[in-house]
Amino acid sequence: MADPSPPPTAGEPIESGSGAGPLPSSPAIHVSQLTKRYGHTVALAGLSMTVPRGEVFGFLGPNGAGKTTVVKLLLGLARPTSGEGMLLGSPLGSREARRRVGYLPELFRYQGWLKAKEVLELHCRLAQLDRAAWPAAITGALTTVGLSERADDRVAGFSKGMQQRLGLGVALLGDPQLVLLDEPTSALDPVGRHDVREIVRGLRDRGVAVFLNSHLLSEVEQVCDRVAVVDHGRVIAAGRLDELLATPQVRVRCTGLSAAGHQGLGAFGVVTEDEGWLTISGIDQSRVPDLVTAIIEAGGRIYAVDPGQQTLEERFLQLIEAA
Amino acid sequence: MATWVIAGLTWHELVRRKLVLALLALTAIVIGVSGWGFSRVPHLHLAGQPLTQGEIHTAAAQLLLLVMFMFSFVLALTCAFLAAPAIAGELESGIAQGLLARPLRRRELVLGRWLGLSLTIAVYTIFSTTLEFALVRWTTGFWPPQVVAAEAALFVEGLVLLTFTLALSTRISAITAGVIAVIAFGAMWLGGVAGAFGQVFHNAAITNVGVITHFLLPTDGLWHAAVYAMEPSSFAAAAIRGLNSSFESASGPTVWYLVWVAVWLTAALGLALFSFENREA
Repeated sequence: MADPSPPPTAGEPIESGSGAGPLPSSPAIHVSQLTKRYGHTVALAGLSMTVPRGEVFGFLGPNGAGKTTVVKLLLGLARPTSGEGMLLGSPLGSREARRRVGYLPELFRYQGWLKAKEVLELHCRLAQLDRAAWPAAITGALTTVGLSERADDRVAGFSKGMQQRLGLGVALLGDPQLVLLDEPTSALDPVGRHDVREIVRGLRDRGVAVFLNSHLLSEVEQVCDRVAVVDHGRVIAAGRLDELLATPQVRVRCTGLSAAGHQGLGAFGVVTEDEGWLTISGIDQSRVPDLVTAIIEAGGRIYAVDPGQQTLEERFLQLIEAA
Repeated sequence: MATWVIAGLTWHELVRRKLVLALLALTAIVIGVSGWGFSRVPHLHLAGQPLTQGEIHTAAAQLLLLVMFMFSFVLALTCAFLAAPAIAGELESGIAQGLLARPLRRRELVLGRWLGLSLTIAVYTIFSTTLEFALVRWTTGFWPPQVVAAEAALFVEGLVLLTFTLALSTRISAITAGVIAVIAFGAMWLGGVAGAFGQVFHNAAITNVGVITHFLLPTDGLWHAAVYAMEPSSFAAAAIRGLNSSFESASGPTVWYLVWVAVWLTAALGLALFSFENREA
């Protein structure tokens, strides 16, 4: 299936959006032509992007697309094969950058033999927070992620969801200016997912940039200002959500349409079929009555016409298929 | 500073995971059992006659060397089991990635783990051996001639294997690092035994196997240093006559050998730091 709008080429800069309030001039993230190869495998092919401060940025892609590789490169956990970048105005992976970054890894594991509050205390130490600020920071983080009553319990006894909540608390310690969340709701129930969305919104309100790495498109759709879609190490689409979803479409449930009639609908837009529903993307909304007429003239019987907004999931699948 | 945070975390982990408790309990059992054995020595008879004080000391020294040989083996295994997952296990589980995302230098993580484990091993060695030596003295009157040197040699023997395993742990999986370390320790001991045979039969080639293994991974060389510090002078004299085995040493380590051990340790630790600095997490 062809994509109605051409995707950006790999390495095309993702333009910055608007931040909240007076913020430092250096963007939260800026990378240029970032490439990562593992032997002959290209994990990331020339990523260039800028994420301003105070923005919630969604980084989407199927499994193995290169999302986690990007996060590791940003933090210095892995080194780029080529390219460069800055995090909060400091080189990628530098201690200065890491001092102001919160991180929830995809593989969230914490010392099972420590209590929840002790894990947070450890990270207070490593983040070099002023000791006087520890109690408030730890209490605040535990309250925010809903673990106040489990503060004195060992992590080994936590469910996966609770460990992910703890990881989120760790990422929020010390007023970070950028929070990197790698699949932050993968182990959470619907209540937990709602809580994460609220936390992300709260961070944005405080001017904290959030880099949300996810393949759960509904949550990205609800909280992100801008997104980039990555596949096979390349950015295949990027921009504000409303721009990305701007492609108009109409869905028609019909039967009895002849092959020739089906082919003729291509004049209205890109046609796909799924479980009795035809989706015509890129159609001019004023031509919907003409589309209905064309289907009837081709022998089709119409049961429903839905001129609905394309969801991010539909757009995502469209992009991945086109790529 | 961060190095000490990681070292403290390591000690905390060993306490919380009950490793320290297990070592204390096992030490108590060994001390109890061997204490009973040593207490029987003064009551033994030889050809119907009670042992003289000299014979009691000789028997106690032989038994002590046997017990300490087992202790050095247990210490080596403990070091391998502790160091093998110290870096590799944290990387495999994902815990290390969370730590390294903080303003923590990679060398601080490796040094912190090394320090925490080394201090634990030092405390364990000093506590256990001092207790054993005191027990032997109380029950038989025998006291090793160079207690501090013996404890130092046993500790450094463990430290060598710990550092070697930690360096492996920065690159390969925990299970593989542990297996390699244990096999290497056993191979060096066998090399030392082969070298002793070479001396008995005046075969230079076989003798050199022992010499090379003492330099390659200086665990067996340090065990012999510990033996020399613990044995009575009569044992050294027997060793000089060509009976140099795992339980007798003809001479103590030379200054140059001790310098080599220091260089070896520094190089192994440096390799661990360099290796971890240059790998992906």
